[in-house]
Amino acid sequence: MSHQRWDAPVAVPRGASAHVCLARHLIISVPLVWGVLNAAPALAQTQDDLQSIRREMQQMRQQYDSALKKLEQDYNARLKRMEQRLDAAQKATAAAQAKANQAQKTAAAASTPQPPPPASSAPSAPPPDSTPAPAGGTPAPGGGTQTRASAFNPAIGVVLDGKFMAARRNPGSYSMPGFALGEEAKPPPRGFSLGESEINFQANVDQALFGNLTIALDRDNEVALEEAYIQSLGLPAGFTVRAGRFFSGIGYLNEQHAHTWDFADAPLVYRAFLGNQYGDDGVQVRWLAPTDFFLEFGGEVLRGAAFPAGGKDNHHLGVGAWSAFVHAGGDIDTSASYRVGLSYLQTKASQRETEGLAGDDVFSGTAHTFGLDAVFKWAPEGNFAERYLKLQAEIFAQRLTGTFNDARLPNNMALGFYIQGVYQFMPRWRFGLRYDQVRADSLGPDFTGTTLDNHGRTLRRYSAMVDFSTSEFGRFRTQYNFDQSRPQNDHQLIFQYTVSFGSHGGHQY
Amino acid sequence: MRFTTIGPAAIAAALALVVAGTSPAAALDVFACEPEWGALAQELGGSDVSVYTATTARQDPHQVQARPALIARMRRADLVVCTGAELEVGWLPILLRQASNAKVQAGAPGYFEATQQVPLMDKPQRLDRAQGDIHAAGNPHIQNDPRLVRAVAAALARRMQEVDPAHAAGYAQRARAFDDRMAQAIPRWQTTAASLRGTRAVTYHKGWVYLFTWLGISEVGTIEAKPGVPPSSAWLAQLLDDIPKRNAQSVIYAAYQDPKAANFVAQKAGIPAVMLPFTVGGTDEAKDLFSFYDDTIRRLLAGLKGVAR
Repeated sequence: MSHQRWDAPVAVPRGASAHVCLARHLIISVPLVWGVLNAAPALAQTQDDLQSIRREMQQMRQQYDSALKKLEQDYNARLKRMEQRLDAAQKATAAAQAKANQAQKTAAAASTPQPPPPASSAPSAPPPDSTPAPAGGTPAPGGGTQTRASAFNPAIGVVLDGKFMAARRNPGSYSMPGFALGEEAKPPPRGFSLGESEINFQANVDQALFGNLTIALDRDNEVALEEAYIQSLGLPAGFTVRAGRFFSGIGYLNEQHAHTWDFADAPLVYRAFLGNQYGDDGVQVRWLAPTDFFLEFGGEVLRGAAFPAGGKDNHHLGVGAWSAFVHAGGDIDTSASYRVGLSYLQTKASQRETEGLAGDDVFSGTAHTFGLDAVFKWAPEGNFAERYLKLQAEIFAQRLTGTFNDARLPNNMALGFYIQGVYQFMPRWRFGLRYDQVRADSLGPDFTGTTLDNHGRTLRRYSAMVDFSTSEFGRFRTQYNFDQSRPQNDHQLIFQYTVSFGSHGGHQY
Repeated sequence: MRFTTIGPAAIAAALALVVAGTSPAAALDVFACEPEWGALAQELGGSDVSVYTATTARQDPHQVQARPALIARMRRADLVVCTGAELEVGWLPILLRQASNAKVQAGAPGYFEATQQVPLMDKPQRLDRAQGDIHAAGNPHIQNDPRLVRAVAAALARRMQEVDPAHAAGYAQRARAFDDRMAQAIPRWQTTAASLRGTRAVTYHKGWVYLFTWLGISEVGTIEAKPGVPPSSAWLAQLLDDIPKRNAQSVIYAAYQDPKAANFVAQKAGIPAVMLPFTVGGTDEAKDLFSFYDDTIRRLLAGLKGVAR
């Protein structure tokens, strides 16, 4: 009989016309057809059936009502006790104060007629913490333990990510003219594949430390330690220290886990300069200025084991990278906020091997990466539940010094940026556009025909995506790329789901 | 925008500000997560506090961004006053971690959760995300029952005295004054709202359980299929079917919620849709914690007479 109710929603799109979209029509019309198809047998139901159902419903409602009443009575009783305690406390303090006032008066009267009592002490009224005194010792009524993920276990969160990719060119043979790429700097493989499945543990270690561990399982069943760090909690003067393995604080996207990105793949400039995302072992120090607007300075010293560093780390004794960054931001008004950043990363590589056009390429030297990033978010009256807009752009420049396949690199500077916008046009639905561009410097005849030969090309990519969230924890995305970053143009269509379950600590700005 | 502040000038400016920032602050710096606690802290703190409220009544408190401005404010706070019960779970832990302020970390005297001070309702029997955006500790929307706010006020005043003993007398005095006003106002509100007792309402979100318990209103349905889950057309159809059976007299939604769904249901069912402030600042009339309840009851009564909004 429930199918009969499908006739009502016909009017929904009209009622909600202001942001009706094709998707909603689809959602509504499919079940509608289904409902109509099923309505006929339902109509044949006898009157008896309906009556018995009505009776059952009546009973259920009564049961529900009485259960609710009982709950309410119980709750009201507890409230009453709480109020009585409050009233008692109030009376007690009033009495105490009256007594105090009386004492003061008599004291004043008894003493010689000198000017008022020492002005340095607190105003004559109640002695400090007089109000709470009677209730002060009693614990808070009933509230239970403080909000915590689960007793003393760390908060455990799981992220699952799956993709289907259709592409004209084989992602396995991906290359970007002018760039030696890190191992992971490729589009996802064709067909069905899993992205990284992550398991995250985090908890406060004690009053001074916070610990975080993220294990990533990739589609080839390989386990990687993505993040494993400890972090200080509340050092004085706004300092935070982090040690272990973590994603560097440079740029905007770099620090965020890939599953929170708004597109299914990394921007080209991240792919070319940072091997998708730069994380390494080391120490990070941040300092947050005590200002009303957000101003943060940070620096890192790292092992230098990950692309664009890498290779033999005995050359730099395990300290092969460092970075520095500044972030600033604030609210423009209630609706809009922004964050901007400036970063520098220096990474040393010693005989770093990357997949080349013919055998492995070997690079020894230093990569200097400069970055500038900006994010802007807007939501009507700052309410992100209905609609919001997120604009972001990052620009990076990278200079390589040293030798590439035994040839000394000339003075060079590669430049890349992306700009993207994502708009949530109704709850749970968003679309986004992204433009990517990267260009390597031309390095002269010595490098013609090598990986670093840019073929005189500027690499571009145009992306569009639509995603639907089942809730804060589940998301389905469709993305299209027109990719001109390969020697030949490519069309890519990516379907992706990302879910997270278990405990979930929220997202950074 | 302040794009020009980055760079060397910013470093110099920051250092100057640090020096300025280390001088003793005159007032207790209070960071309130929601407007009701901002208003309460102001009532209790008077001129001894400087209150920053992180969200407005027009924002869904479940969905707030961990904005840079909030991190900066949290860094300077002496006392953080939030709802708790996981209402702010999507953004508060990030702010606390990034602000790196020992005074206000969870468990420190400078960290205050209002829901810790009162008994909570709607504690879920089963913790499962399939039930929607539920809160393990219970329903966090306690600010709609002034009796609970009164209890929170007493606890908050104690906490303010603990964090700022130099002004303890002032907090005590204002706490007593606030409690007196509340003790007088609560029976008055109850008398005014007497005709609401026994009425039935459909709500948008399960955000009114405390208000309804206080005033004796029954919730007979919600527009959201599950907490935080927008309604499907099937759910709305079912709801519209049920409204006459359950004899609902109004549809109630909060100032921060999209009125479209509530108006649609109300119109279809032929009952008024009533927008309530939900917190201080939700309507022009709800200026402080007293006018907030005045306005809530006034709107409910107007709705009952069919004079919607």
